[in-house]
Amino acid sequence: MLGYILRRLALAVPTLLFIALVVFLLLDLAPGDPMAQVPLTVPPEVKAQMREALGLGEPTHLRFGKWLVQFFWIEPLVFTDHLFGTTFSEGKLRVLSWQHRAPVMDVVIQRLPQTLWVVGTAYVVGVLIALPIGIYSAYRQYSVFDQAGTFVTMVGYAIPPFFSGPLIIFVFSIQLGWFDFIYDTTHRVTDWESFKIQLGQMVMPVMVLSLQTTAQISRYMRAAMLDNLHQDYVRTARAKGLSETAVLLVHVLRNSMIPVVTVIALGLPAVFGGAIITEQVFSINGIGAQLIDAIRANDLPTVHTLTFLFAVLIVLANLLADILYGLLDPRIRYA
Amino acid sequence: MPEPRPPSAVPALSRWRSVWKAFARHRGALLGGITFLFILLAVFIGPLVWTLDPGFADLRARNQGASWAHPFGTDNLGRDTLARVMAGGQISISVGLAAMALSIGLGTLIGVLAGMFGWLDGPLMRLTDLFLSLPLLPLLLVMMLLFNESLSALMGPETGTFVLIVSAIGLTSWMPTARIVRGDVLALKEREFVLAARSMGASPARLITRHILPNVLSPILVSATLGIATAIITESALSFLGFGFPPDFATWGQLLKDATIYLQDYPERVIWPGLAISLTVLSVNYMGDGLRDALDPRARR
Repeated sequence: MLGYILRRLALAVPTLLFIALVVFLLLDLAPGDPMAQVPLTVPPEVKAQMREALGLGEPTHLRFGKWLVQFFWIEPLVFTDHLFGTTFSEGKLRVLSWQHRAPVMDVVIQRLPQTLWVVGTAYVVGVLIALPIGIYSAYRQYSVFDQAGTFVTMVGYAIPPFFSGPLIIFVFSIQLGWFDFIYDTTHRVTDWESFKIQLGQMVMPVMVLSLQTTAQISRYMRAAMLDNLHQDYVRTARAKGLSETAVLLVHVLRNSMIPVVTVIALGLPAVFGGAIITEQVFSINGIGAQLIDAIRANDLPTVHTLTFLFAVLIVLANLLADILYGLLDPRIRYA
Repeated sequence: MPEPRPPSAVPALSRWRSVWKAFARHRGALLGGITFLFILLAVFIGPLVWTLDPGFADLRARNQGASWAHPFGTDNLGRDTLARVMAGGQISISVGLAAMALSIGLGTLIGVLAGMFGWLDGPLMRLTDLFLSLPLLPLLLVMMLLFNESLSALMGPETGTFVLIVSAIGLTSWMPTARIVRGDVLALKEREFVLAARSMGASPARLITRHILPNVLSPILVSATLGIATAIITESALSFLGFGFPPDFATWGQLLKDATIYLQDYPERVIWPGLAISLTVLSVNYMGDGLRDALDPRARR
């Protein structure tokens, strides 16, 4: 098992490097000009100097190498400095955002909590709602509840966040007036009152994001339960007189959770993708909003770094899913 | 010994007839099919009946609610919403169909190649894995931003953006199809009829077109149906974020984006484009579901 994990980790490295290269080349070969925003009155030689200062004059492979060193060597150094108060990274050049004139990772650290709060809560809520729905739908297959569940899942798939967002704003914010639909990112949680305000402003984005999660996970849960419900061991469990709850929630559920857990792990990056749109709808100042801003502002280092971070997330989620599958299912043996 | 039974007097239904019968018996699928057909008709034939120009700004009739003159109301420039939803649907559905065709074509090609030729299997599947771990939405946004201007300059704003969106979505969504097709081809390759065809000297090309492809048609059809829905949602998401067609082309996502700005004053404007997207996706998904059941002879009762 350990050998398998190490092998997978080793395989993830070239994958990530390749993705980094692909994104870099895509940005580099594109016809967009990062100097397009500079006023026309600036003389060409000054423009050339600015280009030089941004490091645009160097050949592509040098700049990609520089980015690699900055991202994989200097940024971790900065991180350790920050943790232990050391000075390893002093005087070293970090990945700079052209838009903010500050290190990209600082911006990321600044924006990440907003996204994590919303996305994390939404995912947990979505999964917690999805599991019981899936279990009960499978147990009472073709019942009214199951049919309704199927329909709701289909609707969940069919209503993208950029439609459910405005709908929920309309109902809960404009009609009922319960929540404010502009997310206040400067809000600090200090006591119970401010925590309630934070919860209040998180309700709507969490609803939007968890609708997607619930739709997906409850489908998988139902299918997995159905696969197991008609197995011989279930009949055995019933035959030896176990209660229906014990059969369902101990025997069937435990075996059904194996594929569902991997799906939960695999779905995590998709929620971050969904957060890009949801953050736009509710004006949340998170990592997705930063990505959109950076793309609009032609801020190539930020776009590259953020896209790469999304890729890291996906690769890690895949890895996690595979490892969990191996840990949970003793039938899987890794040679 | 009992006599072998004579061929039954009732001719066996042809494959497609029986598939159609199973499809029609699936209530959701039939309803989905009818709805999708209705949306197609409304969007492509509708403008011939409802002849208002979607781009015409009637400044005296701005921000109107539903009326006989404008059943869906008008927007902040006095443009008729019904006409705009129909015009937007033409773009959104065309993008969905074209992107689906590209993605299915690519997926089938790669899946068949990987399944048929062992030496291609490894590299092609690694490529598929790699594409699956790309962050798709950020990449799509980047592609739209970087290439939209130059392609629009080359082919005009509408064709340029259309080609870009279709190829961007197609290039980033072929992986599931490729995996499914590869798996089926691998299983088919070992079957007796393929072996028989091969032993009679059929060339690989003939094997693929005559024996393999007709047998992997059903999973391809199902993922094609579901692919339309995904492509429409992706296109709308891009337009919603402002990275799709230029603002004067009213795709459904663009209409939604415009409507959310006026959400507080005119909330009803969000409904029509949103409903159009959701209904299309819902009907297509139900169709795909029914098709999957209908095409799988084991699931047919």
